[in-house]
Amino acid sequence: MIRVVLPPHLRTLARIDGEVEVDLKTAVTQRSVLDALEARYPMLRGTIRDHVTHLRRPMVRFFACGDDLSHESPDTPLPDAIACGSEPFLIIGAIAGG
Amino acid sequence: MSKVRLLVGTRKGAFILTSDGARKRWKVSGPHFAGWEIYHLKGSAVNPDRIYASQTSGWFGQIIQRSDDGGKKWTTPGSSPEELKSADGMPKGESNKFVYDTSPEAGKPLTTHQWYDGTQHPWEFKRVWHLEPSLDDPDHVYAGVEDAALFESKDGGKSWHELAGLRGSDTGPKWQPGAGGMCLHTILLDPNNPKRISIAISAAGTFRTDDGGKTWKPINRGLHSQFLPDPTAEVGHCVHRIALHPSRPNTLFMQKHWDVMRSDDAGDSWKEVSGNLPTDFGFPIDVHAHEPETIYVVPIKSDSEHYPLNGRLRVYRSRTGGNEWEALTKGLPQRNCYVNVLRDAMSVDSLEPCGIYVGTTGGQVYGSADAGNNWKPIVRDLPAVLSVEVQTLP
Repeated sequence: MIRVVLPPHLRTLARIDGEVEVDLKTAVTQRSVLDALEARYPMLRGTIRDHVTHLRRPMVRFFACGDDLSHESPDTPLPDAIACGSEPFLIIGAIAGG
Repeated sequence: MSKVRLLVGTRKGAFILTSDGARKRWKVSGPHFAGWEIYHLKGSAVNPDRIYASQTSGWFGQIIQRSDDGGKKWTTPGSSPEELKSADGMPKGESNKFVYDTSPEAGKPLTTHQWYDGTQHPWEFKRVWHLEPSLDDPDHVYAGVEDAALFESKDGGKSWHELAGLRGSDTGPKWQPGAGGMCLHTILLDPNNPKRISIAISAAGTFRTDDGGKTWKPINRGLHSQFLPDPTAEVGHCVHRIALHPSRPNTLFMQKHWDVMRSDDAGDSWKEVSGNLPTDFGFPIDVHAHEPETIYVVPIKSDSEHYPLNGRLRVYRSRTGGNEWEALTKGLPQRNCYVNVLRDAMSVDSLEPCGIYVGTTGGQVYGSADAGNNWKPIVRDLPAVLSVEVQTLP
């Protein structure tokens, strides 16, 4: 079970309270986690990464186990703590604006 | 008794203001989509309870919302349980998918437009500025977007495709962004001719199709923009808003960057009707619901000072289709007022007498139930208002 924490605006959009849990039968990567997330909550498509290119939106960041993974390859395996669900995968909106 | 419903888009959410036909007491609902920028909301003329909303964010991009009950409940189109599965078993989730059509079939696919410094710049989708439901089908809706393009949905907003002939017209590489971005902000549908659509882009100008969106031509003859190297160029004019009265769709009114203009040949030629306005810079323009020659503008000081002249908020009305203007001031702040009324933030209802509404960047929505003679604030302290649309309900 993979735990995912969304920023508040996306939780509202997806009508979610708290963390999201997704199951993966494949390797646990940014891409597979986001694929599973968007499959379950299709209204999130295009809000975290581009619809077509699947590139991360510029003002969205990914963190796991205290590390900024925003610039890692989407196919790099995520840390074991994410894969086993002991730590959440954090999707964060950049701090900017008001 | 008739009712009116105001759909107000702001920097931090949407608000819905409702009143009976007297338009004296108002109920306020909202914020809907709290914290998001709501550029525009508009209801279908065929089914007024069908309302579309453009919800945007610099972080998370574009969302399209739809209500089928007059704004009480909202959904992202295509996300109900029975709609979630596509042919391959995966949810579609494409109601916010705006992808420019660069296919060869689109004619002349374009990939760049002119940037502020004159170089060519890739077309990049940013947001939906304006949603225009069709006049005969609540599932058919147009979207004017930044970077400038026209999209349409024929399935209630579940999916969108570009009317690429507009960008594919020869002038596309010369279009350039205005200060607010390169946005397609106005979509006028001709009630007598479903094949005719007129649109306006900052800063490219006005364009018209007479074949349902396949081909387009610039309609900017008569415009004069001093900031252009060629002030009468075919394109490059910063048109802020255009408007028409449904009974006379060949007469168009325009608030340009500077100048108020009118055309009596569906945009083929324009003449200036600024007349005795104290300044002819402004953003919105609209037409009285029952008097096709009565028009309204909100002049502001200049292109570099976007606030009312002398700190006095004045809506100007012409009952002669332009040139002769009168200031409407009763109930509007007449000192120390430095707000603006943006291009989509003025609207008229179709009651008798005609009501008119303006929303300001200071968060006020002012209403007049007598065609502008007397004004009252409906709300005073909303976030900055981006758009105001009114629905007149039975």
